[in-house]
Amino acid sequence: MSIASLLDVEVDYPRGKALGPFSLSVGDGEIIALVGPSGCGKSTALRLLAGLEAASRGEIRRAPGRGETAVVFQAPTLAPWLTARANAALPLELAGVGAHEAARLADAALARVGLAGAEAARPAQLSGGMAMRVSLARALVTQPKLLLLDEPFAALDEITRRALADDILRLWADIRPAIVFVTHNVEEAVYMASRVVVMSPGPGRTAGDIPVAGPLPRPPHFRTTEAFRATVETVSDMLAQSMAA
Amino acid sequence: MSRLTQALAPFLLIVILLGGWEIACRALAVPHYFLPPPSAIGHALVADWPSLLRSAWNTLAMALMALAVASLLAQAVALLVALSPTLDRAVRPLAVVLQVTPVVAIAPLVLIWAGLDHPGRAIVGLAAVVAFFPVFSGAVTGLKSADPDLERLFDLYGASRVQRLMRLRLPSAVPFLLEGHKVAAGLAVIGAVVAEFVAGSGATQGLAWRILEAGNRLQTAKMFAALVVLGVMGAVLHAALERLEKVGLRWWRGR
Repeated sequence: MSIASLLDVEVDYPRGKALGPFSLSVGDGEIIALVGPSGCGKSTALRLLAGLEAASRGEIRRAPGRGETAVVFQAPTLAPWLTARANAALPLELAGVGAHEAARLADAALARVGLAGAEAARPAQLSGGMAMRVSLARALVTQPKLLLLDEPFAALDEITRRALADDILRLWADIRPAIVFVTHNVEEAVYMASRVVVMSPGPGRTAGDIPVAGPLPRPPHFRTTEAFRATVETVSDMLAQSMAA
Repeated sequence: MSRLTQALAPFLLIVILLGGWEIACRALAVPHYFLPPPSAIGHALVADWPSLLRSAWNTLAMALMALAVASLLAQAVALLVALSPTLDRAVRPLAVVLQVTPVVAIAPLVLIWAGLDHPGRAIVGLAAVVAFFPVFSGAVTGLKSADPDLERLFDLYGASRVQRLMRLRLPSAVPFLLEGHKVAAGLAVIGAVVAEFVAGSGATQGLAWRILEAGNRLQTAKMFAALVVLGVMGAVLHAALERLEKVGLRWWRGR
């Protein structure tokens, strides 16, 4: 079943066409990675799926209602004046959940991302990785059906990236939201996604759609398996071809 | 050692300058009404201390009252402007005109309106006009300064206008408001002194009045004494506000 889909959408910005025509259907519980060169419209596609932006042409279908879509941005995007708990509770409070209940659920979400004990910390007191985890907790606190991640690890170091990738897959296994995430990193895309969509340089179109075999969450040493290496090669080649064309 | 030198450097310069001044006055036998030596100013400071302190307090009190009035008004108008883009367009030119008109030029009008028997009100009003703009522009900029991705998040969760204002725009504006109030407080003192000069009346008895009075009697040392108090008051106020801004920012950021 499709939870959100883009049908031949195109987006025009004042400086020119940013995306399309581009189609993407996101199935229930599916994890899709969008990879492509800078400026191909990956983030625009994500904002269309979130309902934050309208398409110039084409059709957008979205099943999730208010509060059932969550977005994690490139930066943690936390309110500096709020504690980690208050930041994570924000979506619930905006939806009118009582303060006490919102705080309880926020604490639970923080615990799930490994931040139990840091509830009262302010964003300025957290490391980049921890701040990203708070951002993730905020996204998960509403139990979303669709989780959109816009280059969520771009600003983090390799070790933190890998730990967060495994955490996201573990969290996905709990509530099975559909996930669409944007990345520059082919290995990360293949590691995390059940399907990798390669986009051509802007205005982006689909240059390839490659399924990734293997269990999710990934077993240990998945990165060293033959299937993983082969898929990474396929995606890399496709990306190179699309950029050369 | 070098840190001690660093800390003492400004005082050392003051001592050297005052010393040169004193020596020059004595050596050239400059008349006291023209340029009194620092020692005479020191005598005047000590002799007039109670009345100078009272005058300083009068000026400071009027400036702080003006700051309070300006703060309330500027933030209220900024809030309205933030809620309505049309109002923003309407208010902007007026606010700019108000800002660029010299306070001296509108002082006589405000004196008439406040009533000639109440120069204190006129002075507070004029100082408030001067202090209005930094708070207003700080508030307007601050209310628009929220992280665009946080704005998107509020869109995503269908936040109402009031929620957006209370939970995003107002808290985002805090650093800008702190800065605006710091600048406004300094300007309020300047505005109060200028307005006092224009009012020229003894009823308020601020520091500017001390300077005028002493000047009329050619008591130049007393003029300098009042100037010294004014300068020190300004410096202390500035330091206090700088401190307040730092504390405020630390509270806002949690670090």
